[in-house]
Amino acid sequence: MTMSEASTAASELLLDARGVTKRFGGFVALNNVDLVVRPGERLGLIGPNGSGKSTLTNCLCGALRTDGGSISFAGRAIDKLSSYQRARLGLGRSFQLPRPFHSLSLLDNLRIPLVYAVNARGGTHLSEQQIRARSTELLGEFGLGGKLHRLPGDLTQVEMRKLELARAMATDPTLLVSDEALAGLSHSEVDEILALLLALNKRDVAVIFIEHIMRAVMAFSERLVVLVAGEKIADGEPKDVIADERVIGAYLGQ
Amino acid sequence: MSNGRFILFACLVGVALVAASMFVTNEYYVFAAYFVLQYVVLATAWNILGGYVGYVNFGTTAFLAIGLYSAAALNKWLDLPIPALIPIAGVLCGAVGLVMGYLTIRLRGVYFTIATLALSVVVQTFITNWDYVGGSRGLYVMRPSEVPVFGSYVAYLFFLMTVLAVAAVVTARAIERSTFGFGLAAIRDDETAAAASGVPVLRLKLVAAAISGGLMGMAGAPLPFYLTYVEPTSSFSLAYTVNSVAMPLVGGTTSWIGPVIGAVLLGTMQQAMTVLISSSVNLLVVGLLLVIFVIAAPNGILGLIRSKGGKKPDPETNPLAAMLVTEKRSSQ
Ligand SMILES: Nc1ncnc2c1ncn2[C@@H]1O[C@H](COP(=O)(O)OP(=O)(O)OP(=O)(O)O)[C@@H](O)[C@H]1O
Ligand SMILES: [Mg+2]
Repeated sequence: MTMSEASTAASELLLDARGVTKRFGGFVALNNVDLVVRPGERLGLIGPNGSGKSTLTNCLCGALRTDGGSISFAGRAIDKLSSYQRARLGLGRSFQLPRPFHSLSLLDNLRIPLVYAVNARGGTHLSEQQIRARSTELLGEFGLGGKLHRLPGDLTQVEMRKLELARAMATDPTLLVSDEALAGLSHSEVDEILALLLALNKRDVAVIFIEHIMRAVMAFSERLVVLVAGEKIADGEPKDVIADERVIGAYLGQ
Repeated sequence: MSNGRFILFACLVGVALVAASMFVTNEYYVFAAYFVLQYVVLATAWNILGGYVGYVNFGTTAFLAIGLYSAAALNKWLDLPIPALIPIAGVLCGAVGLVMGYLTIRLRGVYFTIATLALSVVVQTFITNWDYVGGSRGLYVMRPSEVPVFGSYVAYLFFLMTVLAVAAVVTARAIERSTFGFGLAAIRDDETAAAASGVPVLRLKLVAAAISGGLMGMAGAPLPFYLTYVEPTSSFSLAYTVNSVAMPLVGGTTSWIGPVIGAVLLGTMQQAMTVLISSSVNLLVVGLLLVIFVIAAPNGILGLIRSKGGKKPDPETNPLAAMLVTEKRSSQ
């Protein structure tokens, strides 16, 4: 039985997006896209430039309002929730173009999700000391341990990407949408970040992994979804999907 | 310094100011110092929304005038003393800030600023046509010639404004170091990213607008007694708006001390120019300084001091500059 089969009971799904549609003026950026993610699943999302991957991320995480369809997360309809409420529910994301808080130190960049997403969630409450410890630990994992008190402006492009991902992870998500976190990274850095994402996934965090680097996508994904021109054209086992003629024709063959 | 210690320190400065005012024989100086302290409150209040959140409010006159006229009207009606009028003006203007925020704060950059300017026009029109407070003719405000302890009424007003200034500065500094303040900074830097990190953007902006407006209103409450005659044209003087924008920008907007530095410097300078030259050059000089600082020292005097310590200037934290460079970032 393939992972994408609709026989999976809806209650087992972490994310259940049905018929998501987004228009910019007359342009249809997403057309009736269905996307499900199971708890702890690693889902690869690929597609040509401009196919709507980031737009889908924005719709799922609340940065954009959808023009149609429904989205539920952890068994709850989240269509009407704002972006910050979805983050608090455990829907974390990184931005394709890093958007750091440029007037705050790296430590304080991570403090924001720790106090506003994790602490606001209820349950655990991190003390000032724990906040420092957690942000220091996360920055260390991303190789930014030496720059805790620097401003994002002092970072290289690659370090900025790492900060972006670290901040998304600091929300302590149950589903992380990683939008091209690896662009511009060297071969070894790609492996490093992949290892971090895999470690995160080991802690039962589901990941939607948007990426152009096929080596990374194939290494990471348990299931692969392909978007082309705002439509989902394939969804299934990675090895089956990359052998699909339509996928080869529309994306991989380029 | 912890918040507790800072409050103690700020109160000591306040006590020293009040004590000094009692020894000054020439009442004009106390009068002038009141003017400067009023700007410490206005600039600090402006900075809570303008500097910490990056929303440039051109409606200072509206808040100040609502505080002023509500105090004048309530004094005429119920004969309330100033210590009762100040909190009433604060609550009223806080509510106006909240409503203004709710209606306009979804607007970004320059559109928000234009909306706040429109608020001033609306309030001025309303007050010019409000007969109870004299409409365009104006209204005389009676003040008792003697007050216990302080002796002169001007010394009493100076004491009240000192209390307000201490309260405003303590509030601003406490915000800056709080979780709330970090949330505001995140919003200023990037609203979309802040929301994705769990920051309730709209709510925090509204709270900041209410606190900012409330403090401005409180600064306006003693003003009718300071002026003894209030009328719309001077109450809605452009000077209040321009100064409350210029002072934080000249001092530096990222810290509580910036608006204080700016208010003391520009406020004192304007008092001196009024005596030595004429008050009509005040706005010209303040405007010029504003332009020079925005171009040459976007982080104000604070930024200049910090750049000596090796810190790079960050023009993006200048709210005016950020407002004029309209945000074209997509949500990629
Ligand atoms: N805010 C917007 N306004 C208008 N059009 C937009 C907006 N955001 C995205 N688009 C358009 O929607 C389409 C999908 O864009 P999107 O950024 O989602 O693509 P993508 O799959 O993430 O591409 P890439 O691989 O280059 O990141 C593009 O044609 C883009 O120009
Ligand atoms: Mg994209």
